[in-house]
Amino acid sequence: MIIMSTRRWALTGIGLAILLSLPLFLPNFWLVNIFGRALVYGIVALSLTFLAHYGGFVSLAQTMIAGVAGYAVAMMAPNAIPLGDVTLPYALAIPLAVLAATVAGAVVGLIAVNTREIYLLMITLALAVGFSLFAQSNITWFNGYEGIRNVVGPEIFGRPFRTPMVFYYTALIVAALLYLLVLYVVRTPFGLVLQAIRDSNRRTAAIGFHVGLHRIAAFALAGFIAGWGGVLITFYNIGITPSSIGLWATVGVLIMAVIGGLGHPLGAFIGALIFALMDTFASSIIGHDRFNTLIGMVFLIIVLLSPDGVWGMGGRLAAALGRKDRNKITGSNTGSEQPR
Amino acid sequence: MAGHLDIRDLHVRFGKATILQGVSLSVQDKPLSVVGRNGMGKTTMCSAVMGMVPASGSITLDGQDVLSLNTGRIARQGIALVPQGRRMFPSLSVHEHLLLVAQRGSPPWTIERVYETFPRLAERRRNGGDQLSGGEQQMLAISRALLMNPRLVIMDEPSEGLAPVIVDHLIEVLQTIAAEGMGLLLIEQNLRVATSVTDQVSIMVTGRIAATVGSAELASDREMQNRYLGVSHGH
Repeated sequence: MIIMSTRRWALTGIGLAILLSLPLFLPNFWLVNIFGRALVYGIVALSLTFLAHYGGFVSLAQTMIAGVAGYAVAMMAPNAIPLGDVTLPYALAIPLAVLAATVAGAVVGLIAVNTREIYLLMITLALAVGFSLFAQSNITWFNGYEGIRNVVGPEIFGRPFRTPMVFYYTALIVAALLYLLVLYVVRTPFGLVLQAIRDSNRRTAAIGFHVGLHRIAAFALAGFIAGWGGVLITFYNIGITPSSIGLWATVGVLIMAVIGGLGHPLGAFIGALIFALMDTFASSIIGHDRFNTLIGMVFLIIVLLSPDGVWGMGGRLAAALGRKDRNKITGSNTGSEQPR
Repeated sequence: MAGHLDIRDLHVRFGKATILQGVSLSVQDKPLSVVGRNGMGKTTMCSAVMGMVPASGSITLDGQDVLSLNTGRIARQGIALVPQGRRMFPSLSVHEHLLLVAQRGSPPWTIERVYETFPRLAERRRNGGDQLSGGEQQMLAISRALLMNPRLVIMDEPSEGLAPVIVDHLIEVLQTIAAEGMGLLLIEQNLRVATSVTDQVSIMVTGRIAATVGSAELASDREMQNRYLGVSHGH
């Protein structure tokens, strides 16, 4: 199955080579707190971009679903504080947590199966806020406001997960695999059905597809992706608290996806990188308490200049520089139905 | 084996407006055309058969009820619709349209055969569904339906807006489909297409089947054409 043109593969290879070699010349701070962080949050944004771009479903529940995986792995993690009733080695806890997120994704898909646009947004927002408030008030499993600490992650090749190299390479490999998974899935018949549903669910039903089941499956797959992000974010933060899955975190992931560009899966990671840069350096630019002002302004500028985010901007720049790839750039961004 | 479609006393109402008032028709081994002026209820009948509008009465395919099923189930039971206005997916290329339905595809219709029948589609395989001419879109819409290898295909005004030379090609394709034994219900305004493809033509007037006549008879009877259709003959 061809998931990219040869040139795209070449570009992807170059990009990956650069990312793989970053540890050679970047200080650990950049490796972990900028690039590593962008990768793990980018995975959650990727799940949103996948749903939004290929299915036309803008879901605000992706952070919550990442939180399901994060809390699941924290509850089962050895050495967590407080320690859960059942502890499992990470080799079991991580797959179980991702499975929990996949199921949570399917459940969200099931609940929202007949809603679109603003109603889908409201339902998924309600679920996200509800889950975060539940985690905050539940002491028995979620340890309430304090959350669960000391979730350090597994040792890999005998090195603790917190080693910058280990964390960065794990995040990079997981992110790259999930990115390729998305590119692959959207070329399969399942992915084609999703895009057909985005164009028109009536028409898709009329050629014999069960629209509801495909939607639920798409949400489950997005849950699987977000679950990996949630597990890695929990290791990155060495724990999880209700605020890390609250409204601001939800909005943050949406902002990453939108400024990066909903038109392509790579946009999620670009957006996450911009977000991480600004979050880190806002304090030296305009003071850390003005972070929201800064991110809000950058968001406005990018969206005003380019409704399809930085990715779309890059596409238009490339077109303007004379590449004859116009078909791909315009062809992949037809978000709305053409009047006929 | 052609699917046998039986429609009995079909009623469709939108609010206070009654669109179909007791349509009865039956497609057996031989294909059938339904002709009629604009607004007589032809497209509504197609939508009702596909479960896309609420209807009362009875619709069966090979004796099995389809009226109570949802659209997706009806399509999987073996009824394919080529909708009026073609209705392509703008996001998908020509080839992706075909792949989409070919997952269940088995002989007689395969993607290879579609490309043989419509060489133009093979040339345009990478183009988006919204980057095709009207004739190409119509070929793609028909191919999409045929690849489902349905027991019965319903075509809603396939000749609408097509150049005469394309209409000739369309007639050949429809004749082939009918000859191979796939059930065919052809909705048309173009009498030449209807009478060239099917031996029997039903005439729909204000939500009812007013008459079913032989194609030769209708084609030669100007008075009947004027009375029911108010159209001049073909192009």
